Amino acid sequence: MTTTAVRSRTDARDGRLPGVWGLGLRRSALEIKQFFRQRDQVVFTFAFPVVFLFLFASIFSDDVEGAGIKASQLYVPAMMAAGIMSTSFQSLGVSIAVERDEKVLRRLRGTPMPPAAYFLGKIWLVLVTGILETAILLLVGTTLYDVALPSDAGRWFAFAWIFVLGLTACALLGIAVSSVPKSSKSASSVVVLPFLVLQFISGVYIAIDTIPDWMLNIGALFPLKWMCQGLRGVFLPDSAQVLEQAGDWEFGRTALVLGAWCVGGLLLCLLTFRWKNRRAG
Amino acid sequence: MTTHANELAVDVRGLRKQYGDVTAVDGIDLGIRRGEVFGLLGPNGAGKSTTVEILQGNRDRDAGEVSVLGADPAHGTRAWRSRVGIVWQDESAPAELTVVETVRHFAHYYPRPRDPEEVIGLVGLEGKAGSRIKALSGGQRRRLDVALGVIGDPELLLLDEPTTGFDPAARRQFWDLIRKLSVEGTTILLTTHYLEEAEALADRLAVVSRGRVVAEGEPAALRERYGSGATVEWTEPDGAPRAVPTDTPTRTVAELMRRFDGEIPGLQVSRPTLEDVYLRLTGQEDAR
Repeated sequence: MTTTAVRSRTDARDGRLPGVWGLGLRRSALEIKQFFRQRDQVVFTFAFPVVFLFLFASIFSDDVEGAGIKASQLYVPAMMAAGIMSTSFQSLGVSIAVERDEKVLRRLRGTPMPPAAYFLGKIWLVLVTGILETAILLLVGTTLYDVALPSDAGRWFAFAWIFVLGLTACALLGIAVSSVPKSSKSASSVVVLPFLVLQFISGVYIAIDTIPDWMLNIGALFPLKWMCQGLRGVFLPDSAQVLEQAGDWEFGRTALVLGAWCVGGLLLCLLTFRWKNRRAG
Repeated sequence: MTTHANELAVDVRGLRKQYGDVTAVDGIDLGIRRGEVFGLLGPNGAGKSTTVEILQGNRDRDAGEVSVLGADPAHGTRAWRSRVGIVWQDESAPAELTVVETVRHFAHYYPRPRDPEEVIGLVGLEGKAGSRIKALSGGQRRRLDVALGVIGDPELLLLDEPTTGFDPAARRQFWDLIRKLSVEGTTILLTTHYLEEAEALADRLAVVSRGRVVAEGEPAALRERYGSGATVEWTEPDGAPRAVPTDTPTRTVAELMRRFDGEIPGLQVSRPTLEDVYLRLTGQEDAR
């Protein structure tokens, strides 16, 4: 290549900076492309809750006394809630920690990309994978485990807001927790441990009527318990309400707790998010 | 946004940065003119990277005044970031994407990007445009880093040890690329601990040691100023090598000619190389 003339720069700079929403969409296309090119991650993410649903629903399939349901039916909304949390909390917590440690974030910070575009990209990725995950579990649950689709508009509406609020709260907590691991190597253990504990004390793996009250009370501080409870209310007959701690689906309180976590999670993110890891100073 | 041709691209005064008890930058002054290639030369740990990271807006400073393209990098706006290109020391690009996908994507961040295909050609990755980044070699990744650094058509390009780990052929290719960018009018600041790199590329350079600028100027002028004197070496008839430092090598050689009456065995007259000057300036003479 021969040398080119010195191009004029100063007066050519009337180009406007690209908009945040458009860049957010471009980021999301990139995030989704990257996600689906990592085959092992795709298989792990989507198969995990399905495998667990299969295991638990096959092991515990007896009728639940006085509730008019089978134990296997309890696991469909439970795994759906866990699936929502895994595609948001776990996947963001791990991936952002890795991106921070591998300096992907620092590189982005050095460009004129607005930070909001990065988060918009993550939101779209979480939304797409969360919807896919939920759809898969819904398909398995309705075909294999006697769970019926909601029959009235009210329950469909509850399904929608539980999904949106739960996904948002868990995504924000995932972004916040991504600052905890010191390196990408420790990221998945640091993020998975609290998720695993919450699954035990929120009624995902173990039916709530067998968990000690004090554990349930701790679980009730976090979103997962309410997501499980809300989804049971969407997919199970009202006769199963007797199994709940309060003997009721408590939709109102569920909305309140999840909404509060959305606000609290956002504040936590704003306070803790960093573009560099601690070792980089 | 108005810019002035005579305004310094980078103007640093009294820059200081401490990490705990360690003073990384201890009062550095720098003035980089528009359009020049400026080399920041020094051994590892001299404070080069810290300085460049502060100029990038990626690190806070403890004291000093810093102006990069007329703005304080600690408060860089999006518009300012679009005018500064960065090639980091340790780089990471999304492994699952292809070269062309990545370069095209980054182009969207900028108000007036260069043509992605042209930039890929500029860094010599045409043959790898469709390859996933994880399949690239180290040198190819580094060239991709440069492509991402220049895709926004920056007025100022900051490169932190861009050729560390390159083999000699890859380093030469990289130098050609930097010269190309310079000819196009980009102001370039690069740090390096390779002396021959600074000498080959930089219009002016600053030698940094222990957080301070110990010498600054054109490479030839530095050698002139700090490398006065010469050394005359020869072999005595009994086989003993001799070396005499002198400011008047011609006279020394004339005396030797009279003594030996003809050929002087093993005669060599040497001026200090820039490397000698550099090692002397950075207090590393013993390292040789």
